[in-house]
Amino acid sequence: MQRVHDRGGWPDVGPIDKSEHDYSMWEKRTDALMRLLISDEKQIMTMDEVRRAIECIKPGAYEKLKYYERWIVAIETLMIEKEILAHQEIDHKVKALERQMAGSPRPSACSRREKQYGGEIQTRG
Amino acid sequence: MEAKFRPGDSVRVRVDSSPRHMRTPTYIQGKVGTVKVVHGVFCDPESLAYAGDGLPKQFLYLVCFNQAHVWQVGDELSRDKLYIDIYQHWLESA
Repeated sequence: MQRVHDRGGWPDVGPIDKSEHDYSMWEKRTDALMRLLISDEKQIMTMDEVRRAIECIKPGAYEKLKYYERWIVAIETLMIEKEILAHQEIDHKVKALERQMAGSPRPSACSRREKQYGGEIQTRG
Repeated sequence: MEAKFRPGDSVRVRVDSSPRHMRTPTYIQGKVGTVKVVHGVFCDPESLAYAGDGLPKQFLYLVCFNQAHVWQVGDELSRDKLYIDIYQHWLESA
């Protein structure tokens, strides 16, 4: 069974894009959040669980998501799986941010989430 | 606890089509290679991935494959090798 994250021998792809880019603030925050969650101090999740949660993302969604977006999806999946947060709590918070950011020149958190995750979050592999 | 394989042993990677999380890529499953290094014994990451205790611990090996064999292509890759770390429970003697 071919898996979307196993890129060795992947058909019909060209060379890897090795261009450098600056990280945006949300990407840095995602990195920091993940490191905190797996830290010895917090031990809320492990790198093994994060890797599994990323690799369980359905292929269509996986290909659309950027690197740190997959991390966010994995963190969300695990927080729900471990019953630390509920779907409803997260949705409620996103809607609250949406209202707060309404009228802001930046894209809203909710519409970006809907567009890029497409609701395809799998809670168990 | 003793390693089942030693450097120089010929091994085949098991095939597993189940949808569970696994640390051995599909493209190397069913292929035959040679053990190069015994890294030591570690918790099973496929158990840790589901908040398991990672037991029993598994020996981890560096296994060498011919790329022509892995990708089933012609002579232009015949001298290239692929080295990959594989856990003991994925390997059988070949």
